[in-house]
Amino acid sequence: MSALSSLFLRDIRIAIRVGGGAMIGVLFFMSVVTLIPFAIGPDLALLQRIGPAILWLGALLASLLALDRLLAADQEDGSLDLLVMGSAPLELAVAVKALAHWLTTALPLVIVSPLLALFLNLDLNATAAVAATLLAGTPALTFIGLIGAGLTVTLRRGGLLLPVLILPLAVPVLIFGVSASNAAVVGPVSFGAPFTILCALTLMSLVIGPFAAAAALRAGQE
Amino acid sequence: MILSAQALTCQRGGRSIFEGLGFSVAGGEALLITGRNGAGKSSLLRMIAGLLRIAGGTLTLQGGDPERSIGEQAHYLGHSDALKPALSVEENLAFWTAWLGGTGEPRHALAAVGLDSLTALPAAYLSAGQKRRLSIARLVAAKRPLWLLDEPTSALDTASQGMLLNLMRGHLAGGGIVVAATHLPLGIDGARELKLERAA
Repeated sequence: MSALSSLFLRDIRIAIRVGGGAMIGVLFFMSVVTLIPFAIGPDLALLQRIGPAILWLGALLASLLALDRLLAADQEDGSLDLLVMGSAPLELAVAVKALAHWLTTALPLVIVSPLLALFLNLDLNATAAVAATLLAGTPALTFIGLIGAGLTVTLRRGGLLLPVLILPLAVPVLIFGVSASNAAVVGPVSFGAPFTILCALTLMSLVIGPFAAAAALRAGQE
Repeated sequence: MILSAQALTCQRGGRSIFEGLGFSVAGGEALLITGRNGAGKSSLLRMIAGLLRIAGGTLTLQGGDPERSIGEQAHYLGHSDALKPALSVEENLAFWTAWLGGTGEPRHALAAVGLDSLTALPAAYLSAGQKRRLSIARLVAAKRPLWLLDEPTSALDTASQGMLLNLMRGHLAGGGIVVAATHLPLGIDGARELKLERAA
């Protein structure tokens, strides 16, 4: 088995076993979204109107919550040193780690989002639009988060700094994710335009994220 | 194969730890790095492993693979054991074997460190000495010519220290290089000593 595929399987295994934390993000996401109707009240029209935004906010916060484990866990137990010393390029290593992280923390958010959309009185069209935009947009959140994880990995208590660093970069993803979802429901712009920009943001972060994170890790060698 | 350093300088936090350090170790030789706490023993090992920026001077590995960095041809046994508590003993070792370019069967390496009866146990339940032995197993499972060992005997009992000594002797007999930072004599015959003096 090649080095990168064994790294991928290892990260998946760690995440889904007891204490791995794959479900923390989903539970947080479900708690936030289920509480919103209680706070706002049974105004179905209002819930329907703000539903996509709430789902996106919940997913954004849930993926931020899980990000500090992306590289920090390997830093704490010395694994990161050995990952650097492997023969695979560090850029690919962090990209594989981010991919495994997305599969175990962000993909479950996409899967439960149709269920939560029911609580917010979203119709079928809007539910599909939110799930599609989350599927296309959450990789951007993970790979932008990868840069922050690389920058903060050597700092103690870096987990507090990480969301502050990442949030400004995540705002465009949020804007286009929500506007594409809303466009599918009420218009006036078509779903395609903001959705294409969202996909472009994801593709850019897939390219830039691993290189920036690897550079941050190398620069942090103190 | 010769690992050599010329005029090596180490800085941590803007402070110079050592300057102008030079040494050379050939294949089959062991170099013991000694010195007081804070003299830069661990920093030197991390510099050789490519984990710490070299502030000045050069490090070369003659006779190694020119396509690979020194770190990619070295094993680093640091203070942390790099084990995941959720994974079993065998899964931990199998991952590092694959990642570090080993081709051998993990079970043979586990037998070499006396952990072959615990393969399915999650690493969370290992004692400190057993964790240490599991990290030593990856030196056996993946063949790399340069061993960088930072206090390798910590947490090991007398029998395990003898096991490690035998592994190091076997590695040296096969033409490998051992560079170890240590406070205790490891018992390797003909090992040379590099004493790091604290710069005034």
